[in-house]
Amino acid sequence: MFALRDKYAITGVGETPYTKNSGTPVLNLAVEACLKAAADAGVDVKDVDGIISYNFNDSAPAIGVATALGIPSAGYAVDFAGGGNAANLITLAACAAIEAGLAKTVLCFRAMNGRSGFRLGGGREFQARGITQYTAPFGWITYPQAMAMWCRRHIIKYGTTAEQLGEVAVSSRDNATLNPRAMQRSPMTMDDYLASRFIVEPFRLYDICLESDGACAVLITSADRAKDMKHKPVYIMGGAYGGGPNQGDDLFDAIRWPEHSRNYAAYIADDLWKSAGVGPSDIDVAEIYDCFTYSVLMQLEGLGFCKEGEGGPFVQSGAIRRNGSLPVNTHGGLLSEAYIHGFNHVLEAVRQLRGDAGPLQVKDAEIALTTAGAMTCGSAMVLRR
Amino acid sequence: MNEPTRPTPVPDQDSAPFWEGCREHRLRIQKCASCGTLRFPARRHCAACGSDESTWTDASGKGNVYSWIVVNHPVPREVFAAEVPYVVALVNLEEGVRMPTNIVGIPPDQVKADMPVEVLFAEVDGMVLPKFRPRAE
Repeated sequence: MFALRDKYAITGVGETPYTKNSGTPVLNLAVEACLKAAADAGVDVKDVDGIISYNFNDSAPAIGVATALGIPSAGYAVDFAGGGNAANLITLAACAAIEAGLAKTVLCFRAMNGRSGFRLGGGREFQARGITQYTAPFGWITYPQAMAMWCRRHIIKYGTTAEQLGEVAVSSRDNATLNPRAMQRSPMTMDDYLASRFIVEPFRLYDICLESDGACAVLITSADRAKDMKHKPVYIMGGAYGGGPNQGDDLFDAIRWPEHSRNYAAYIADDLWKSAGVGPSDIDVAEIYDCFTYSVLMQLEGLGFCKEGEGGPFVQSGAIRRNGSLPVNTHGGLLSEAYIHGFNHVLEAVRQLRGDAGPLQVKDAEIALTTAGAMTCGSAMVLRR
Repeated sequence: MNEPTRPTPVPDQDSAPFWEGCREHRLRIQKCASCGTLRFPARRHCAACGSDESTWTDASGKGNVYSWIVVNHPVPREVFAAEVPYVVALVNLEEGVRMPTNIVGIPPDQVKADMPVEVLFAEVDGMVLPKFRPRAE
C-alpha cells in the first residue's frame, strides 16, 4: 500500500492546446507541457532530475524529452508501458523514486498525437498473433468493441439504461461548454445523445471519448521543497495501482476476467482509501477516467460512491453534475475536453484544489480524486490542498 | 500501407492444436495433465499448478452467451463493411472456459444474455473459425 501520505506534492502543471492536428512532432508537445509545468512551479527545468511517462500508442520517450529540455542529469528517466490505466501510476512512481533517493524533482508527462498521428484502434494492419488470434478473426478489433463487452455485462446484470450512460456524456459536455480548453464545447442534450448513431452496441457515438493531439505534465517534489515554490502545494494523500485476477496479456485478453460488470476500481478501493486516510464521502471533486461512459459508472461503484449496480441511478439523480453531491469531470473529461490518456484529469484536479478552475470551480474544494483505467487494471490518487 | 485484409490467426506452438482441431471440426480445449485445470487460451504452463504437461480434450461445443456486442461501424471498413451489423460474443462453454466468437443464425437484436448456443465451424477466407448459433435447450 502507498505509505507516503502528504510527503510529496504537485507543484506545477502544464499543458499544450488540445487539437485534432497539432502539426508538430509529439516530442515538441511533451517539451512544451514540461516547460510550462516547470515554469508554473517556479523551478528551473535544468534542476529536474527525474522524468517519467507512459506509452501505449503515440508517445515521446522520457529520455528524449529530457534531452530536448536540456536536463543535464536525468537520473531517473522511465517509460511505463501502459495506457489510461497508468496516469496515476507514474505520479505515485515519482513519489517512490524521490523517497528512494533516485531523484528530487520529477516531471511526469503524457504526450500524444492521438488524432493526427497514431489513432488507437484504426489505420493499422492487424496481425492475428498472440492473444489477437482468438479475437480479431471474429471482427473484434477496436477499443470501443472491446469495452462495449464490459458495458453490456453491466446492462445484463443491473439493467443500466441508455439514459444513464447518456447522463455521463451530457454532464461532461455541460461542463466542457464552460472550459475554453475543451475540444467539444457545443451543448449536447439527452436527445442529441440518444439520436447519435450506434458505433458498436451498446455504444453510441457519444459514449466514446475524443481523439486528441496534446500533452500534459506535472512537477512533483517533496512537501518540504514544495513549500518554497510559486503555488500552494497540492499534496498526494494516497493512491493505488492494480486490478484483479486474470488480467491477461492486454485488454482483449480480459476474457478470463471474473465478472465484466465490475472493473479494477473494486479491487484497489481499500488500498486507495486506507492510504489516503479518507473515504468517498470526503471527496469534494472527482476526475474519473471516462474513455467511455460506462467506465464512470463502474468506478463510482467500485470505489464506493454508490453500491455495486447503482451507478446508473446515482448519476441519473444529478449527483455528478457540477452542482451535485459529487462533481465529476469538471473539465469535461476525456469525453469532451480531450483524450490525453487521463493525464488531463490530474491537471484539472490540481486546478480545482488551487481554486484556479474559473467558472468550473467547485466551491471550497479541499480534497480531490483522480482515477485512470476502465477495465482490468488502473490507478487512482487522492489529492488535497 | 497495404489494403487491409481479414485478420487471420497465426498459430503458435501453444495454439496450433486448437486451430488444427477447428479444421477437423473439433473444439479442443487444453487440459493440464497434472491438475486437470482447463485453460483457454492455450499456454505452455498451467496457471493453477505450474505444470508444463498438457493434453487436449474435445469440448461439447455447447455454451451460453456471457456478453455480446453488435458491431455497426466496420473496422477495417474494407474487410467488415459487408458484414455489419454482426455479433461478437463471449461464450461460457459447459466445460467452464470462456471464448470469443461470433453468434450467427439469428438477427443481432434477438441475442439474449445466457442464451444457449452451440458451436459450428465456418470457413472464412481459407480458415476455419469456431462460431456459435442458438441451440434448443
